[in-house]
Amino acid sequence: MRRVVVTGLGMVTPLACGVEPTWRRLLAGESGASRVAHFDVSDLPCKIAASVPRGDGSDGSFNADDWMEPKEQRKVDEFIVFAMAAAKQALDDAGWHPSSYEDQINTGVLIGSGIGGIEGIAETSLVMKEKGPRRVSPFFIPGRLINLAGGYVSIAHGLKGPNHAVVTACSTGAHAIGDAGRLIALGDADVMVAGGTESPVNRLALAGFAACKALVTAFNDDPTHASRPYDKDRDGFLMGEGAGVVVLEELEHAKARGAKIYAELTGYGLSGDAFHITAPSPDGDGAFRCMSAALKRAGVSAGDVDYINAHGTSTMADEIELRAVERLLGNTAAQTSMSSTKSSIGHLLGAAGAVEAIFSVLAIRDQVAPATLNLDNPSVETPIDLVPLKPKARKIDVVLSNSFGFGGTNASLVFRRLDA
Amino acid sequence: MSDIAERVKKIVAEHLGVEPEKVTENASFIDDLGADSLDTVELVMAFEEAFNTEIPDDAAETILTVGDAIKFLEKNAA
Repeated sequence: MRRVVVTGLGMVTPLACGVEPTWRRLLAGESGASRVAHFDVSDLPCKIAASVPRGDGSDGSFNADDWMEPKEQRKVDEFIVFAMAAAKQALDDAGWHPSSYEDQINTGVLIGSGIGGIEGIAETSLVMKEKGPRRVSPFFIPGRLINLAGGYVSIAHGLKGPNHAVVTACSTGAHAIGDAGRLIALGDADVMVAGGTESPVNRLALAGFAACKALVTAFNDDPTHASRPYDKDRDGFLMGEGAGVVVLEELEHAKARGAKIYAELTGYGLSGDAFHITAPSPDGDGAFRCMSAALKRAGVSAGDVDYINAHGTSTMADEIELRAVERLLGNTAAQTSMSSTKSSIGHLLGAAGAVEAIFSVLAIRDQVAPATLNLDNPSVETPIDLVPLKPKARKIDVVLSNSFGFGGTNASLVFRRLDA
Repeated sequence: MSDIAERVKKIVAEHLGVEPEKVTENASFIDDLGADSLDTVELVMAFEEAFNTEIPDDAAETILTVGDAIKFLEKNAA
């Protein structure tokens, strides 16, 4: 099979709009969490979230007008605008702007979302109820459909290759990158723009996830300490929003045009829990099997894994993943560092796996494992270094990135330093 | 310029994101103002909402320019 490398990165996160400002703030231990101020949370059990910092575009703030015309923004839910921003950044970073027909048909898009335009659906259903079907906008459907994130990106950049989307809850971003890598490996495309996007910081989504008892509720007055994976005081995940998009490219294609290569995507594993609609299987077998499959595909052994970007949502499920990783690593567990960057940016749902894949790639580039913030008192003992509180400079050649979603859907990605 | 004409032009400029001076009575939504077929559907809905009237589909199909909209609404709007 053909080899696949990462040549471009783009993101919008609760820390910043842009890869470098996000990464800088992540390594500085900053939190993207705050009290929700742009809608009423008085009757919601969870009143905090990790929101993208809106602004005029300076100092890492997100200005939607920089990425999509105002008249187009009006037609779509924000997950599409986030995807447009992250995709443009990634393509610019890769220096890949296909203009010939040949290059266009060999460049595809695979961007997913966990829930897509839930806010627009909520608002339009009120219009339907109050004013009837004649007031439902013709942009209601195309502005909420999950694959329209990729649709808009393909139209904006003339990308005529495979056009696909993934919907696997919180595994979406990882599945999108893994599947896009396979499309390149199998020769369906030479370049893929891949990732995930999500805009769930709204009343309906917060109410829905709160009803699942999944959200943090004990830190409404202390938002920056709310997301605390592996800590004994954790009590649910912190909702985040944003997008992560990478440019994946066939190795020889990247070399031929002299592209900057961040890392090679060497492994991808998938599994299903077949257990429960929201809870992971307590034995962690699904997590173990998808990690094992990814390592096997990558042709590396567990002892080769230097850093793991954990799913680690700051819920009871953290320990299940931790035990699965211990089982995977066996007697080499003490050599590996594993952290949850959700401690800083919250849980970006369908965007999480893509944003965390980018952090994984940057960990390789800069030889540093980002920290697990707020890990003051681990709830269980483990031989694995959970990188508490401060990032750790160390050798990082092979990284594993985990994502697990509602429905029992699991994905793991392996990235490797190209010359390692 | 009638009050209706002024309001129509304002709605068109806002919905299509074009400069107000481009919104002349002769301007075609699709050919001159960059609208696509979905934009025109939404524009008709916006006229209905603003002028508290109903524009049947067969009438909507004949509204191709800013002037068409003004004429229809001057005749039919309450």
